[in-house]
Amino acid sequence: MKYSRGDSKKMHNISKWKSTRKQIKRYRMLYLLMFPGVIYLLINNYLPMLGTIIAFKNINYSKGILGSDWVGFKNFEYLFTTSDAFIITRNTLLYNTAFIIINLILAVAAAVMLNEIVGQRLRKIYQSTMLLPFFLSAVIVAYLVYSLLNPQYGFVNKFILAPLGLKPISWYMEQKYWPFILIFVNAWKNVGYSSIIYISAIAGIDSDIYEAATIDGATRWQQIWSITLPMLKPTMIIITMLAIGRIFYSDFGLFYQVPMNSGALLPVTNVIDTYVYRGLMNLGNIGMSSAAGLYQSAVGFILVLSSNLIVRKISPDDALF
Amino acid sequence: MMKKKTPWFLHIVFLISTFFAIFPLLLVIMISFTDEKTVQVNGYSLFPQKLSLYSYQYLFSDLDQIVRSYLVTIFVTIVGTLIGLIITSALAYPLSRPNLPFRKGFTFFVFFTLLFNGGLVPWYITYTNVVDLRNSIFALIVPNLLLSGFNVLIMRTFFISSIPQSLIEAAYLDGAGELRIFSQIVVPLSKPVIATIGLFSTLAYWNDWYNSMVFLTTSNNFSIQFYLNRVLMSIQYLTQGNINQNASNALNVLPEQTVRMAMAIIGVGPIIFAYPFFQKYFIKGLTIGAIKG
Repeated sequence: MKYSRGDSKKMHNISKWKSTRKQIKRYRMLYLLMFPGVIYLLINNYLPMLGTIIAFKNINYSKGILGSDWVGFKNFEYLFTTSDAFIITRNTLLYNTAFIIINLILAVAAAVMLNEIVGQRLRKIYQSTMLLPFFLSAVIVAYLVYSLLNPQYGFVNKFILAPLGLKPISWYMEQKYWPFILIFVNAWKNVGYSSIIYISAIAGIDSDIYEAATIDGATRWQQIWSITLPMLKPTMIIITMLAIGRIFYSDFGLFYQVPMNSGALLPVTNVIDTYVYRGLMNLGNIGMSSAAGLYQSAVGFILVLSSNLIVRKISPDDALF
Repeated sequence: MMKKKTPWFLHIVFLISTFFAIFPLLLVIMISFTDEKTVQVNGYSLFPQKLSLYSYQYLFSDLDQIVRSYLVTIFVTIVGTLIGLIITSALAYPLSRPNLPFRKGFTFFVFFTLLFNGGLVPWYITYTNVVDLRNSIFALIVPNLLLSGFNVLIMRTFFISSIPQSLIEAAYLDGAGELRIFSQIVVPLSKPVIATIGLFSTLAYWNDWYNSMVFLTTSNNFSIQFYLNRVLMSIQYLTQGNINQNASNALNVLPEQTVRMAMAIIGVGPIIFAYPFFQKYFIKGLTIGAIKG
């Protein structure tokens, strides 16, 4: 009897399956270990992914979520006919763009300057003091900003504007200042953290290069321009690309807590995340806010994939996948 | 070689930036120790004319809600961090074993959660309609904070790069079960990554107000940060909680500005005190954070 090629392949598959089954049996304890984590991700992450179908439904609690009527893209049509869709997209993109650029410049500058500080101890003190704001919750940050901007008693109105003879400003009512305030607060909170990665990148630069430059008579300033900064370029590009991948998401606490949820400021503080939250919790408008949420997730997904594709082209080691 | 000296202007730059970094915190600390009348006349000053401990005395005379929120937050932080570390490492370890069947599939299952998420609305409905956690203390522990795919992948990478496979194989041949290999060999060798993720997790729980805001309507399980948020939004809230007679008397002399700031200091206190100890581990830990491997 002769075996055809197909048969031998089938036999091979059977024996492979048998050995896999044996392996599964050998590793059954490991599967058991994974079980709680897998269940958690199914509930916390995958169930909500399936739940995005809500965006295509008219939710009626008496019919249940699965029983509610399909409405196609109606929720999206409503969303994009309002001016909100444009405003929240614009705010999210513009703020994040500003954050990315300003934090990049300040973090690199801080890292380069810290590296010039002679003496470990002082350098550590500077670094950890600048890192401190990163660990404060958005609520505490809101308190700190409030102590500066309180219209009646705030430090800025009382001790900066008043001595200059300027009128006090109702900070929580005036939109025009908030883009600057939010950019400033964001930098204040995050630059210490962002600089850590550049500090470790600088530490990784071969010191022979600097020694050779010194022998050739290069000043410290020239060394920074011609050695340190060019060596940091790949890190800068990668960090920026990864941030661009997240550009559709924003720091909810910064935009919700720091302006103290002030309605007068909404046109300049509302971003997609806060819009979705308010739509769901304050207005109970499930259709609109789930449509906005899915809009964010879908565009966010595409951005993450494409930014990673670019990182992979530049430096495969630094790509997320 | 020439001896390096720090240029003087760098010290000025850093003195200014470190001052900026802590100035608002110093200001709030000073306000909390200022006499309420002085605040009303002079505003929030870094060098107040008259100091006072009144706001703290006021808070300690009615500790009810603060203590409650504090205890809730301590409980949530400890329990959440411990359970989170256990299930994170238990999921990460098998993914580090090269011969585990379907390892790639499971890794992708974890990884995909970093790329795509369903957004707030379906997530909220999951925790209110499918598993109803509203007004339960588990609402502060479970949603989003317990385990993140990112941490799982960081741990997996650490296991792959730092624990020799030969060690595991040897233990297996000596008759150790998988559970024993994990708990007695892998976990003790992985202290750095466990400490780092534990630290991240502790901070995330301590600083969390979002889960309270989304899932709680009654104040008995409010986390300290969310309670602080409610206080900042309305000082009225502080007096609503008081049903005793003292409270209505206290209302007349309520040192509202300074009390708010004193509460903020109480809420941020543990982080400030622990900061000198944990910040160096934090900086060190960040260098562990690679998810590829």
